[in-house]
Order: sequence, then structure tokens, then C-alpha cells
Amino acid sequence: MSSSRFRLRALGAAGCVAALAAMAACSSGGGTSSSNNSNSGTVTVAVVSNPLITNQMIPLTKSNFEKQNPGITVKFATYTEGDLRAAIEKNVSTHSNAFNVIMIGPYEAPLFAKNAWLTNLSKQYIASDPGYDAGDLLPPIAKSLSYKGDLYAVPFYGESSMMFYNKTMFKAAGLTMPDHPTWNQIAGFAAKLNQPGKVSGICLRGLAGWGDNMAALDTVVNTFGGQWFDMNWKPQLTSPPFVQAANFYVNLVRKYGEPGAANDSFNQLLTLYGQGKCAMWYDATVAATSIATTYPDVYKQTGYALAPVNLTKSSGWLWTWALGIPQGVSDSGAAWKFVSWATSKQYDQLVAAKDGWSAVPPGTRTSLYNNPNYQKAAAPFAAITLASINSVDPEHPTLHPVPYVGIQYVDIPQFESLGLTVAQQIAGAIAGTESVSQALQAGQSAASQYSPSQLSGG
Amino acid sequence: MTAVPIRDREPAALRLRRITGQVGWGVLAWVVGIAFFLPVLWMVLTAFKPESAAQTWPPKFIFTPTLAQFRLVFSGWGPYVTHSLIATTVSTVLVLVLGVPAAYALSVHPVPRWRDGLFFFISTKMLPIVAAIGPLYVIALKTHLLDSIWVLIILYTAMNLPLAIWLIRSFMLEVPKEMLEAAELDGAGRVREINEVILPVISPGLVSTALICVIFAWNELFLALNLTTTNAATLPMFLISSVPQEGLYLAHLSAAATVASVPVILVGWVAQRSLVRGLSMGAIK
Amino acid sequence: MTVIEDLAPPPKVEVRPRGVSRRDRWQLRLPLLPALIYTIVVTQIPFLVTLWYSFQSYFWNTPAPAHFIGLSNYKTVFTNPAFRGALVRSVVMTVTAVIVAMILGVFFAVLLDRKFLGRSIVRTLIITPFLVMPVAAALVWAGPMLDPQFGLVNWLLQPFGVNHEAWLTTHALGSVILVMIWQWTPFMMLIVLAGLQSQPADTLEAAKVDGAGAWATFGELTLPHLRPYIELGVLLGSIYLVNVFDAVKAMTQGGPGTATTNLPYYLYEQVNNAFDIGGAAATGVVTVILTIIVATFALRMFARVFQFEEA
Repeated sequence: MSSSRFRLRALGAAGCVAALAAMAACSSGGGTSSSNNSNSGTVTVAVVSNPLITNQMIPLTKSNFEKQNPGITVKFATYTEGDLRAAIEKNVSTHSNAFNVIMIGPYEAPLFAKNAWLTNLSKQYIASDPGYDAGDLLPPIAKSLSYKGDLYAVPFYGESSMMFYNKTMFKAAGLTMPDHPTWNQIAGFAAKLNQPGKVSGICLRGLAGWGDNMAALDTVVNTFGGQWFDMNWKPQLTSPPFVQAANFYVNLVRKYGEPGAANDSFNQLLTLYGQGKCAMWYDATVAATSIATTYPDVYKQTGYALAPVNLTKSSGWLWTWALGIPQGVSDSGAAWKFVSWATSKQYDQLVAAKDGWSAVPPGTRTSLYNNPNYQKAAAPFAAITLASINSVDPEHPTLHPVPYVGIQYVDIPQFESLGLTVAQQIAGAIAGTESVSQALQAGQSAASQYSPSQLSGG
Repeated sequence: MTAVPIRDREPAALRLRRITGQVGWGVLAWVVGIAFFLPVLWMVLTAFKPESAAQTWPPKFIFTPTLAQFRLVFSGWGPYVTHSLIATTVSTVLVLVLGVPAAYALSVHPVPRWRDGLFFFISTKMLPIVAAIGPLYVIALKTHLLDSIWVLIILYTAMNLPLAIWLIRSFMLEVPKEMLEAAELDGAGRVREINEVILPVISPGLVSTALICVIFAWNELFLALNLTTTNAATLPMFLISSVPQEGLYLAHLSAAATVASVPVILVGWVAQRSLVRGLSMGAIK
Repeated sequence: MTVIEDLAPPPKVEVRPRGVSRRDRWQLRLPLLPALIYTIVVTQIPFLVTLWYSFQSYFWNTPAPAHFIGLSNYKTVFTNPAFRGALVRSVVMTVTAVIVAMILGVFFAVLLDRKFLGRSIVRTLIITPFLVMPVAAALVWAGPMLDPQFGLVNWLLQPFGVNHEAWLTTHALGSVILVMIWQWTPFMMLIVLAGLQSQPADTLEAAKVDGAGAWATFGELTLPHLRPYIELGVLLGSIYLVNVFDAVKAMTQGGPGTATTNLPYYLYEQVNNAFDIGGAAATGVVTVILTIIVATFALRMFARVFQFEEA
């Protein structure tokens, strides 16, 4: 190869690199115009990867929001729940300005608000935007996203938990599900309906995660009279009610639950239930929407009951994925424009026009449940979803008083790690690699590593 | 004593055994090849399924194929693949630009303490990058490089440089000494020596080195996951985000996995020989 | 931390003495400097910062700023069973994967060394796993392959009595190691193949003439010839396999329990779940020190066979 040809090639390569580097310089560091002009800017949203968002919010943003607001560009960063929390928390706490809208829940909202990491939406925006109608938000949901009376995030969709069951299978076995069952009744049903290798008597979450298996288990613990900490912040994971609840749940799953439960959360159970492999399924109320859209045949056979209880009157969990704006980010005006659009009544109408009323994100506004279109389209599950959400109180989640708030979580910063540790132990118990008492012992010692003053937050 | 060619004396029975032996090995090799390739085949097959056909028992081999999953992937992957392309290409070029002179200084006209130099480069490869991920985040934040494509370029270059220097050095050591001596007699300085003598000879080796750097940079997840969000997120992050929290996903996931892997697979297939050479450098002839 | 080996002495390039003037010495060093300075800046500065943070209490889930706490983080590292567990698991996973991948690699290389119909196609098939994006491979194995209800593996093993086995639950570590082996065997195979193909044909012929059987030839001629290649593959493979992160994150997220949490994933969780930057920094520093110790031993072990090659 002659030297001049080689030099030419080298020059060509260098030229390409220069071009690419120039592209890199342009694509990096997206424009940060710190204007509060709400008509232009870039909105970067961190969201959880969820069909209500990937199939509705994101496409509708492109087709509607961006067209109506030509000066605003919206970018989405999609994560699974664990990765979402990691990305959000580290970006918000280091003030990196990577996201100006974040999707958080009642776990993060009060904690971030206390740390002055979130914009006070009530004072900053809602006060001057009466059309937003914050009073329309379902009270338990709104309360869970507030700190000292002000909203720091607004809900995109909300859920509690309830029991789904296959009416056909129940009828064939000669059983009837009461509207408000007890866990002992459920255990009895599961035993009768279980057909090993074909149908599981009950399908329950086992996947390790405080938002996965622990969400379900915590509601069982609460209704069995257990709690995570006593009023002096001493961990209670080896207390009799907690032990009883954990044994009940783990044994129920191992005896009448789906095989490989330690790997299953919402996704897997939705598929199993939709394919007729579960007689009962205890999970999020929003599953009704998923069953309706994905498995219309089983949807017709599905009945609903409130979350099973034992010693308490109600026991569903409370969760909402909500949008907040971190403190001090750029383009906050444009950010609020997006947030208010995505959580508005008009947005619900957009979804209804696209996918029908039964697909509208549930559990946020009273007006949705008073809407005759929605009542008709979501008739089987609308009322019970509303009843479930309205019956729970995250500020008094347990039989006995506790120093924390949160039904299926403990609203302290350490819970992110502690909840995962205990969840992993429980998943191990469900998998059979350890006993329930070993799991709880490990959880208890993990929780004991924190001093009461650390936990109470000072 | 000259050996009589063995084949001429081979009796028929022995020959039959030898041929069946050969065929047997061939069949075994095919079985192994197919077994190893099966997961990839399954991934590609599942990518063409509608979600309802992707989660069935027994697994479906016959179904109505659809391009819906790929359409979904292509509608979402734009920024991610751009970032991957930029980070991979620029870092690989940077590796070559830094690595060729360094390898030269460690091989053809070595610095006095070239052993220490080589030690040092290899040692950085042994230290796990995971150990510094928190501080790396803070450094990136303070230097305004967080979520910038440059942070990936810089780190990927550092990640691949030691291996590249080692490989290029081995290739340079193969340059025939006659060519180098001729160039020296010609009065060539260092730069001309590199340009006109060494580079042309080792260009296949440069290709295989670049290939290996491309593979590692394209597939890198850990740094991208921790240090980027939207402005520099790469294809591996696109893959991770395609696992939804509450929904069906196996077919879509397979389509995303296929699309993400195909570029490197094709390049690797085409440049197999180059890859073999590159991977086996360091233990030469 | 060596690793270059050369079997035949290389052609010596005669360095004509140009005098040892300072200008000449700098001329020698100059080409090395860009890469050297670049590497020092990009790898050592983060390490120094890590060292700094290892003495601080710095969390990302509270607004409190970082403050000095001395050796407290290190004390936690050494008393916390989680770190020890992650360390042990890292060793188990790496050693198992490397050994099995190398054994398979040698076997496949021997297979591919012979001529048969479609040999290059088979080679292409076998090297593909190495080219698949690791996180893609992990996700595909975790889902379409190993799913308890719908996975291909369960279907393939049904005739052998396997019934909807939940591989990622009951055999989590094995499943992750399996994927590691699947991806790195081609790498080992290619290295060994190069070694096989570099075996001088005349010694093999001579052995045949002498009447040596196939096994004897393999054991006494081929394996010793392959030794440096095998050791190279083991060393390189270990460096990459000990840092495996994608498979753990995508398949099991370190579970069930902590059954598959190796060191990289443990560090990842410390930063992204516990948000304990100080603790992660201390863990990182200890990991680096352990790596240096292990690498020094490895160097001694292989020093006999590996020699630096002179130019």
C-alpha cells in the first residue's frame, strides 16, 4: 500500500472522527435554558416501564402534547422500578438536573419533600391553576403525596390491592367468594381449587423487592396484627404476629401457589392468570385494566373481592405513580405544563379516545369514577377499585400504633435497602433455600443495624 | 530408513474405521455447533412472534410471524443507537491513535523501562472499574460530563487501551527486521517509519484490534447505566428498559436483543479470521 | 502483571546506538506519553477520589453533606458478612466458569481442528455466543430460555423428567454460571485453536510414524504445546469474568436472597440501593487491594512460562 494512499485513508478516518466528535458535542449536554417561560424548553421525564406509560403516555405525548406545545420537547427515560429509584434518587440528591420531571410514589414524595428536594406543587403551580382541580384527586392518594398539607407530586395512576378470582373455576368447585373474604377462607379455597400441574389454587408474588413480594406480604402482616417497628423503633420481624403472617404467606405459596413463585411478580402472574393457570390472584387493582385489555376471555370470567383480612377491617395496599418536579431544575415552567397535562381530566379523555374508557389510568380522580362512560366501560371493577383505595389509610396501617407511615413500606430512607434485604430473604424462603424463621432472623438483624435515632430521621 | 506412506498400506477395514471416525467427529461438531447456537436461534425466532405466542406451553415453533415487535424496537431505539455508535467509534479511534505510538514505544524502539510500562497498562485492566463507580459519578457531575457522550468515550478508551496496546505491540514485533533496517538505511525518521513501513504491514492486526475494541465498547452496560440518563444512554440501556414493570414483554425483548446484537454478530462473522488472529496474539507462533 | 509469551525468539531488531543524549531518550519516550498520561489521569484519579470517599460518610438518600469518619467504613467492610459472601461467590463463579469454559474450549478446538463438511459454518455457529451483547444474552436466557412456565429449556428437558423447573430460583448460581460459560467458551476455543493450528506438522507426523496413538500424541505433544495458550486464555478470561455484571443484573438481580450477588453487583447495590457512597468506596478499595494480591500470585505462578519478549 503506497504511503500517499495510506495517508489519504488516515485523513479520511480522521475526518470521520472529527465529524462524529462534532455530533457528540452537539448531542451531549442538552440545552439548559433556565427560563421559567412555560412555553418552551426541554422536559426530561424519568418514568417506570409500564404499559400505561409506554403504550399511552409516551405516544400521546408525541401526538398531542408536543403538537399543542411546539416549543416544548419531551424526552423519556424508561426504567424498571428498582433502576428508576436509583436513577432518580441519585440525580435528585446530587442536584444533577438530569430530570426535570420524575415519576415517584408515596414512598419518595414525603421523604424528598422533607429534604427540600421537590417543588411544592400546591403553592407554586396549583394555586394559580384552578382548572387543574386538585380537589378532585382521591383523598387517600392525595394525602400520600403530600407533606405538611401541600402536594409535592400529582398522581398519574393509583392502585390498591384486591383479590381476582376465576368465577368459572369457583362455580365448578361449588364455591362462592364473599365480597370481603378472610385469609383463612382464601386458604381453604386455594386448597380446594389447587390442581397440581394444571391450575394453582392461588397465585402470589414471590419476586424479591419491597414493591414486589413484600408489597403483598406487608398487607398480610398488617392484617395479622404485625408491624415492622414498635413505637420505640425496635424491629418486630421476629414478633409472633409477623412470624405468623410470614409463615402463612410462604406456606400458602409453597403449597397452593404457582411453581417458581420466587421469580414472579405482576408480569408473570398476569400471564399465568390470563392463561387460566390461577384460580385466584392477589395483586394490584390496576391488574383489572391489564386483564381487560390483554385477556378478554378470562376477563369475562373474572370476579373481584376486596383484599382479604384477618384482624383488621381492611388490608389493601396503597400505591400511586405520580409526577413531581425536583427543586431547582431548569425549564420548570415547561415541566409543570407537561405534568399538569398528563394528570388532567383531559388526558383521560385522550386515552379513552385512543384505547377506550376501560384503559384509562385508574385510581386518581373522583370525577373519573363519577363519569358514566367510565362506569359503563369499567363496570366490573370500577366500584371495587374505588372502594379499595378509599378504605385504606397509610397513616394508620397497622392494628397497633406505629411510628411510621406506609402500608406496604416504611417511609424511611433506609427502607430502600432494608426492604430489599428482607424481600430477598423471603424470596429465599419461598424458593425453599431457607426456612421462614431463618429469613426473618436475617431480616431482624438487618433491621437492628440501624439505631432508633437513625430510623426516626431526626 | 524411509517410511512407506502409511496410506498405501492401509487395509480396507482400518480405512472404514478411519472414515467413520471422521464422520463421527464431524457429526459431533455439528451437534455442538447447533446446541451452542440454539439460544440465539430461539431469540431471533421469538422476536418475530406476537406476545401471545411468545409465552405458551409448549413453546411455539409454528406461528404467524409479525414485524410488530421490530417496529416497536425501531420506533424507540433512535437516540440509543446513535449514542452507541458515537461512543464506540470515537473511543475505538482514540484507542488506536493513542495505542499505536505507545505500542511502538514498547516494541520496535523500546523505552528503557518498557517492561514497567507494559506492567502498568495491564494492571489498570485488572482493577475493577466497579470499585470506583460512586466517585466516578461525582467526578462526572463536577466536570459537567454526567450524561454526556464524552464520559463514555473517555472511559471506554481507558477500558480498551491496555488490551489494544498489548495486541498492537505483538503485531509490531512481527514486522520483518529487514524492512525496518531498510527504512533506517533510507534515512527515515520515526514518523515515516511508522507510516510507511509498520502501519501497512500490521493493518490486518489493527483491524482485529479495532474489532475487539468495538465489541467491548458496544456491549458495555455498567458504566452507561450508572453515568447516563437520556443524553448519552446506549443500546444496552435500551434493552434493560424494555423489561416492563407490569406488562408482557418476551417477544419485544427478543426483538430488542436481536437488533442490539446483530451488528456485532455480523461484523464478527465477517471478520472471523481477523478475530481469531487478534485473540490469539500474545501467544504467537 | 505480565503476560506476553513468545515461543520462538523473535527477530531481533538491531537498535543502532544513537547515543544516549537526553533528546534521544525523550524521542523514545514521546510516543508512549499520550497513552501513558491518558491512562494515569483516567484511572488513577478516580481511584484517589475513591480512597478519599472511603473515609467519609456520604449517602445519597439524605441531604447531609459528606463528613469525615475515619476508618469506620473499613470496619464495616471487614465485619459485614455480605461483603465476604459476595467475595466468595465471585471466586466460585469465576473459577467455575473459567475452568469449564477452557475444558470445553479445548474440546471444541480439537473438534474444529479436523476437516469435515461445513467446518467453517460450525465455527461461525460456535463463536456467535461471544458476539451476542451480554445483557441481551442474559435477558434471553432468563426469559425465553429458562422461564419455568414457558421456557425452551424446560421443554427440551421434558423427556428427561424435568417438569417446569424454576431454574433461576432453585439453581440460580448455576444458571448464571451457565450463561457465563456459554458466552466465553468460544473465546477459549479460538485461543486454543490458534495454538493447535500453530503446532508444527512435522512433529505430529514424526509421532505418527513412531506409532504413537492419538491419545498419547495429544497428551504428550499437543497439550504441552497448548499450555501457554491455555494459560493466556485462563488469565484473560478471568480478568473479564470476575467483573461480570450484566448476567447477574439481568437474570437474578443478585437473588434469590443473595445467592448470585458477586462483587460487582454488591458494589452496584451499595451505590444504587443503599446509596452508601462511603461504604462502597471502602469496599472498592479493599477489592482493589485483594485484586493486586491475587494478581501478584498469578504472576508468580505463570512467570515460569510467561516471559516478556524482547524487541
